[in-house]
Amino acid sequence: MARALAPEVSTWPDDDVQLVGSRCDDCGATTWPRQPRCPRCSRTNMSDLLLPRRGTVVSWTTQEFPPSPDYAGGNFEPFAFGLVQLGDDVRVEARLTERDPDRLSFGMDVELTMIPFYVDEDGEEVVTVAFAPA
Amino acid sequence: MNDVAIIGVGLHPFGRFGDKSAMEMGAEAIQAALADAGAEWGDIQFGFGGSYELSNPDAVTGLVGLTGIPFTDVFNACATAASSLEQAADTIRLGKYDIGIAVGMDKHPRGAFIADPRQLGLPKWYGENGQYLTTKFFGMKINRYMHEHGISKQTLARVAAKNYRNGSLNPNAFRRSPIPEDEILDSPMLNYPLTQYMFCAPDEGAAAVVMCRAEIAHRYTPNPVYLRSTAIRTRRYGAYEVHATWAAVDEDVSPTVYAARAAFEGAGVGPDEVDVIQLQDTDAGAEVIHMAESGFCADGEQEKLIADGATEIDGPMPVNTDGGLIANGEPIGASGLRQVHELVLQLRGRAGDRQVGGNPKVGYAQVYGAPGTAAASILST
Repeated sequence: MARALAPEVSTWPDDDVQLVGSRCDDCGATTWPRQPRCPRCSRTNMSDLLLPRRGTVVSWTTQEFPPSPDYAGGNFEPFAFGLVQLGDDVRVEARLTERDPDRLSFGMDVELTMIPFYVDEDGEEVVTVAFAPA
Repeated sequence: MNDVAIIGVGLHPFGRFGDKSAMEMGAEAIQAALADAGAEWGDIQFGFGGSYELSNPDAVTGLVGLTGIPFTDVFNACATAASSLEQAADTIRLGKYDIGIAVGMDKHPRGAFIADPRQLGLPKWYGENGQYLTTKFFGMKINRYMHEHGISKQTLARVAAKNYRNGSLNPNAFRRSPIPEDEILDSPMLNYPLTQYMFCAPDEGAAAVVMCRAEIAHRYTPNPVYLRSTAIRTRRYGAYEVHATWAAVDEDVSPTVYAARAAFEGAGVGPDEVDVIQLQDTDAGAEVIHMAESGFCADGEQEKLIADGATEIDGPMPVNTDGGLIANGEPIGASGLRQVHELVLQLRGRAGDRQVGGNPKVGYAQVYGAPGTAAASILST
């Protein structure tokens, strides 16, 4: 058994998992995750949008220390974050599976994956969103 | 609309002070500002007080005088102090009162700010997933900026070294020892490319500013400093700012750009007329970026400007002459008022070892914080 840290933000456990965002029917603004009101035109005509699985890294950084007291990842291991552009739709902030600065580059191609994050007190594995070099 | 004069500034040192409460620090900053103005608490007709840790900074009236005046609490993350300043100034500008005070005080525990992401409208998983911290954003922003505009790691180290050096000239600073650039570069990496010594730390302190309608300033001082304009701006669609799960593909500039433009327009001066500058150096990269976002240079020019010493106390565009956030730390409620305190000293010619030469006349202060809110203020003699 496994579950997603944030079940509502992706189609996991579907094969070829995709992130679920929302797009404004009126002005086209796109968010991730979904939200009911448009952050650009303020109207309430947002529809769910499955986002492209592949994208490019717009920016990245590493996380070398435990980020916050509510971090659920157990014994801390450094990782990396990226701001990933998915198609022309939206840029999403998520973990990257690569954390070596020498192997990360601006504009690199990445693909969505779900990675094991931690095992909860009931012994269930919790997975989270990440992007891996493609 | 009235013109606003700053007639008194006061500061409680920034650092760590054991059991001393933030409220007590606020009271001391208020007393110092009143003494500087040659005024008494009974003269103060209204107040605005900002704090993150204290829910009711206005309770400080219990320590300085229970006169029943209107005293409103302000919180706007790292833009809190500039927001207290603006509210106080506008109260005078708009003619409601003649003389008032803005005060800020905080006492943060060690380490990053601790809160529930839901307080910023973010989902609980954002923190569980390790995304709920500000330093990650600053790492991402400067990493990309360096790549796009040719800024080097050495420049980050130079900025931090400058601020530690300036802090060593500031008896009120938290970190008062110069740190060499090599040591800054070699300190532990926190969020690439930012190392530990490139970051400010949350700490403790207080600051206060007494303001009045310009026409009556002569009652208190022959040399008032005028608060020409203030501007607060929040993030626009298209800006990637701190604490976000997404950003638009269609980019817009950060709120600092808009706040700075509005402040310059309001003051009727341009960036080239500014003599002394205070920028939000949450980290050394932020100072670099805020130079351009505020309009002091084009993107990328910072590399040469900083290498040439342009932002040193004796340079043509001195930035963070008292050490900025890097040397003073950041008690959120007080930080922006510390910036004003230093600018006022500079414009009065009373900054001692840190004094900028050439008789400075115009000062600029900028703050920025979550969730993407900036404020800019312009002062002049």
